[in-house]
Order: sequence, then C-alpha cells, then structure tokens
Amino acid sequence: MKTKFLTALLLGSSVLGFAGVASAADVTLNVESWRNDDLAIWKDKLIPAFEAKNPGIKVVFGPSSPTEYDAALGAKLAAGSAGDLITCRPFDKSLELYKKGNLADLTKLSGMENFSDVAKSAWTTDDGSATFCVPMASVIHGFIYNKEAFEKLGLKVPETRDEFFAALDKIKADGTYIPMAMGTKDLWEAATMGYQNIGPNYWKGEEGRLALIKGEQKLTDKDWVEPYAELAKWKSYLGDGFEAQTYPDSQNLFTLGRAAIYPAGSWEIGLFNTQAQFKMGAFPPPVGKAGDTCYISDHTDIGIGLNAASKNADAAKTFLTWVASPEFATIYANALPGFFSLNSTAVKMEDPLAQEFVSWREKCKPTIRSTYQVLSRGTPNLENETWVESANVINGTDTPEVAAEKLQKGLDSWYKPAK
Amino acid sequence: MAAASKRPFPWHIGVFLAPAVLVYTAIMILPLFGTLQLSLFRSVEQVQTFVGFDNFRTLFTDPNWSFNFCNALKNNVWFFIIHMVVQNPIGVMLAALLSSPKLRFTAFYRTAIFIPTILSFVIVGFAWKLILSPIWGVAPNLMGLVGLKSFFTPWLGKEEYALTALSLISVWQFVGIPMMLIYAALLSIPDEVIEAAECDGITGWSQFWKIKLPLILPAIGIISILTFVGNFNAFDLIYTAQGALAGPNYSTDILGTFLYRAFFGFQLQVGDPNMGATIATMMFLIILVGVCFYLFLVQRRLRRYQF
Repeated sequence: MKTKFLTALLLGSSVLGFAGVASAADVTLNVESWRNDDLAIWKDKLIPAFEAKNPGIKVVFGPSSPTEYDAALGAKLAAGSAGDLITCRPFDKSLELYKKGNLADLTKLSGMENFSDVAKSAWTTDDGSATFCVPMASVIHGFIYNKEAFEKLGLKVPETRDEFFAALDKIKADGTYIPMAMGTKDLWEAATMGYQNIGPNYWKGEEGRLALIKGEQKLTDKDWVEPYAELAKWKSYLGDGFEAQTYPDSQNLFTLGRAAIYPAGSWEIGLFNTQAQFKMGAFPPPVGKAGDTCYISDHTDIGIGLNAASKNADAAKTFLTWVASPEFATIYANALPGFFSLNSTAVKMEDPLAQEFVSWREKCKPTIRSTYQVLSRGTPNLENETWVESANVINGTDTPEVAAEKLQKGLDSWYKPAK
Repeated sequence: MAAASKRPFPWHIGVFLAPAVLVYTAIMILPLFGTLQLSLFRSVEQVQTFVGFDNFRTLFTDPNWSFNFCNALKNNVWFFIIHMVVQNPIGVMLAALLSSPKLRFTAFYRTAIFIPTILSFVIVGFAWKLILSPIWGVAPNLMGLVGLKSFFTPWLGKEEYALTALSLISVWQFVGIPMMLIYAALLSIPDEVIEAAECDGITGWSQFWKIKLPLILPAIGIISILTFVGNFNAFDLIYTAQGALAGPNYSTDILGTFLYRAFFGFQLQVGDPNMGATIATMMFLIILVGVCFYLFLVQRRLRRYQF
C-alpha cells in the first residue's frame, strides 16, 4: 500500500517535472489574426522557415474570422488571454489598442529601418513619435479582366474613362458576358472596390486625402462627388439582381467566366489563380484623358505587433525582427500573391498578375483609402457610412449629390479639422 | 404540544432552490445589473466616469444616435407585426389541421414543420440567402415553373422588401413553436365538451370559433408574449443574412444589430460599451413594459376554463 502510493507520487512528480522542463526550453508564441485564409501558408511556409532559424521558439497561428476578429480580440485583451503577437488592422483600431497599452512600442525594434515612413504611417501615432506594429503588406486596387473575353470581343485594355465605358457598352451589347461583376448586398464591395478604387484619380490621391483631413476640401466638392457619379453609371453594367449579389457571388461570377471585368483588390489574385480556368489581366483605374497622372490605392492593410502583456516579449521581438526582414517579405509576397510587401528591399515575385499590379507603383502615385486615417474616429463612422452610401448610389436610392451631402453632414457633426 | 405544532424551518426547499438561484444569478441577474450600471458611465480619457443619464440623452437627442435608434425600433416593430400577423395564425391553423382526426401522417407533418425551429440561425440565414439568390438560387426557377418569374426580385437586396422577407424567413423557422403549443392545448380539450357541442348542433368552423378558440386563447397569449420577447431580442438572422450593417441602407437594422454595432464596433468603428449598454437597457425596458402590459392588462382578463 505504502510503496504503491510512493510509486504513484514519484511517477506523478517526474511527469510534472518533465513537463516543466519542456516548457522552460520551448517558448510558444501565439499569433492572433483575422486572416484565416492564410492558415496553410503560415503552417507550411512561414512558421517552419522561422523555427528552423530559431530553435526553441514555437509559433502557433490562431486566426479567427475577419468579421469577428476585432470584437474577439478586444474581449481577449481585456481578459488577459490574448496571444503574444497581434495582427494589426491599419490606423485607428490599432492606435486605440496602443493607447490603451495593449500594444507595445516597437519604434526601436531592429528591422524597423527596412520600412519607409509611408509604410509605417498606418501604425504610427499622430505625432509620429512611436510605431507599434511591423508593416506586413499592402493591397492595390484596380480591375481584373477576363483576357479571353477581351480577345473574343476584340477589346483593348481601357486607359481612359471613355474607353472604359465604351468597352463596357460593347460587352453589354454582345451579351455573352455580364460586363462587370459586382454586387451591392454586402455594401463594402461598392465602397472598397468601387469608390475607393476609382476615387483617387478624381481627388488626386494623397493631395485630396490630406486636404480632406485638413478640412481644405469637403466630400461635397466636385472631386469627391464625381466618383459617385461614375459609380451611379455602373448600375446598368452589373448583373441581374445585383442588389442581392454578395461578395462571394461576384467572385464566383467572374471566376466561372460569366463576367468580363471585376473591380478588384489585389488580394483576390491568389484565389482567382486557383479558381479561374481562363487567362486574366489587370488594369489600373482609368484616368480622365490620356496622359493624365494616374493614382492608385495602395492601401497598407496588415501589420503585426506585440501584446504588451506578453510573457515572452523577447522571443516575440525576435519573431517581429524576422517579420521585418527581406526573407519574410519574399516568402509572404510569393505565398500570397496580391499582398505586396512594404519592405524597402524590392521583392521578386513570380506571379504575372501580381507583377502587373505592383508595376503600377512605378507609373502611378500611390495613396491609401480616404476614410481610414483620422476620419473614421467618431460617430457616425465615415467608413461605415461610405459603405452604405456607395451602395445607395449604385442602387439608385440616393443621387451622388445627396450621398456626398449626407456623408459630409455626418463628418461635420463630430470632426473639427485643426486649423 | 405547542412545540410539536411548530414546523421546523424548511431547509430542504432552500437546498433544492439553491443551484438554480445561484446559476441564474451568476449568468443572468448579475450581468443584467452590470449592463444597467455600464449604461450610466462613460469612458472619459480611458477612465470610466459616472455621467447619470447622459448616455440616454445622447441616444434620444443626438440625431446621429436617435435616428438610428428610431429606425431600428420601427423596423423591430414591423418585424414583430409580421410575426403576429403571419406566424401565429398559421401556427393555429396548422395545429387545427393536425388535431383533426381524419388527417393521416400527422406525426410526419408535425416533425417536418418543427424541424426548422431546431436549426441554427446560421444555417437558416445562409440557406435562404442561397434560395433567394438571383444568381444561383432556386427561387427564380421555381417561380418560373408556375409562370411567376416576372414577380421575382432580389428581395434581400431591395430596401422596401428586405425586412419583410427576413421576417417571413423567421416565421418559417419558428412557426413550429406556436403550432406545437396550440396543438397541445387543442388535444387537452376534453371530448365531452366537443360532444356536447355536437349535440347542440355546433360543428365544423363554428365549433372551432365558438368552442376551441376560446379554450386555446391562453396558449395564444403565451405565444404572443414569447414572440414579442424573441423578436425584440432578435439579432442572429439579420446578422447572418445581411451583416452587421443591416443593409440595404439600414432597412433591416433592428435593435439587436444596432446594439451589436454600438457595443462591439464594426470595421473601423470602435466599439463603445457604454452606448451599447444604454441600447441594451432600452431593449430591456421595452421588453419589460411589453411583458408587464401583457401580464397585468391582458392575461388577467383571459377567461380560463377548468374541466
């Protein structure tokens, strides 16, 4: 009886002791993310590459769904159960976390020097003194088109708006293809793929965006209403029942070859490559007249930061430095064509469609989405309202002027630009 | 003698009640008071400060909040009306049909009609989104088979139809509950009452109106109040079918989705737990008033029959 008890005790303590040793040697870093689409890339490519170089540090990628991420992360941070590394949304969501003390200051992290100020702008305090996330990638807006459809109908890639609408008319007249695959059901398609896609050409990219923040321009100005007027014209080129067409519907319509043009974000490239059976090309948002400077939305979309409450801060910093390295950038940009590295070192990409998108960086001036910095801090939220109004304009519920007026009124109710 | 007549303190009652009371207090009553408390505070420079009823003032007078609140309340009332007008009569009708002794396969019908009730909202929302989809949905083709194709519109994407369409989906899902409750009430009507009615020459429809309906009125009352509470707490179906912004143009925004956006935030909108709690408190009060109205004014006037 007594010996049995002793054996059990010894056995138990040895097991516990062993577990203790194992956990002391291996640090496990948990990554919070909304990119559940990237699970395979992290598991098969990124994490093994990092772990091979850094024995003793294990990384676990634990994504949640994009729509639930912010609420779930907030709850986890409040409860103290959030992971060591936190994938950062651009701008205010992350700034808020930094101000609350949930994200650590990474200004002095080695590797940060690999990024330009513009690349870091999404995760830097308003006064520019502290940076709290390592920029991972940006996405570029434009249009993806079905090359076979264009060849069959003898269309050439449009460069100006007139050519663009002429092409749409021709596709519509032919009737084989739906001219443009986009729906208004999910609202954000209309705003993100529509308004923010074609808008920079009207409001001259950064120039207009910064003027809006400074209060020198208003959403009711010509430059900001005209993109809505163009969106309103899109209505007749969308498929039947576009009011109830969801984002996945639009993706499927295009990849099944039923639609000719898809207003896109570059993040689609990976999925489209595996789904579409035809050749695809891409063109940037058409400009007013030939020779005009083109502007593209090259939106800083995703970064990664350190949970200030992390017990493994040193290991986490090692990981973040690796994320800031060209090695990570190369693996990431090639594994996820369409998510372009913000690293100053040029990254070689294999995918032709991704190369096409990134080539616009050379000829066009990049900007970010107009509603993201500063302007979506209050109630009503400008980004959400832009979703609703963009869909309203396409549905014909509101005229471009009324939509712009509503947005400006909402913004005026809480935003007082610094004079 | 006197000592014997004095009963010992009934400890066993306390012991039996304790688990339910403790669990209910921990997961229902405490959070409820937490919500009420949260609605009286506001975060000022990251510190929770007591502001009295300021949040309620903002909700009712600030046009940015009051417009959305009124819109959500109005939509919620319409959501409830559709349920009362469509779900409950259909439930009563189905129950009356099922309790008819001539009908065969009652067990099958009963189960088939009840099954949607036990399905998850996510499945229901997704399935109906696909059925009604103008691109892949079966609805346009099915309507085409009976020559009604021209009546098809993308209902879920049209401002004027979306809320009604969603209400009807919810009716489809929950019609099993009134059916079951009323079915049970109908079965509990003693045969003697029916036979007596038949002897007096009351048969068919007039038997239903004059004998059965008065006897099942208390059950209909209970169903109405359950529907009321359920509808004003609804969220899931709208969220799964239309998303948190309850489009198009907020036309399907009900109190639940409005609360969700305020409390948890959405996309770039940062969540505001205090305003969220304020809306939650209003929902609680609306439901409380509705239930009290029923309990004190309606239920007491309902005649009950004892057999």
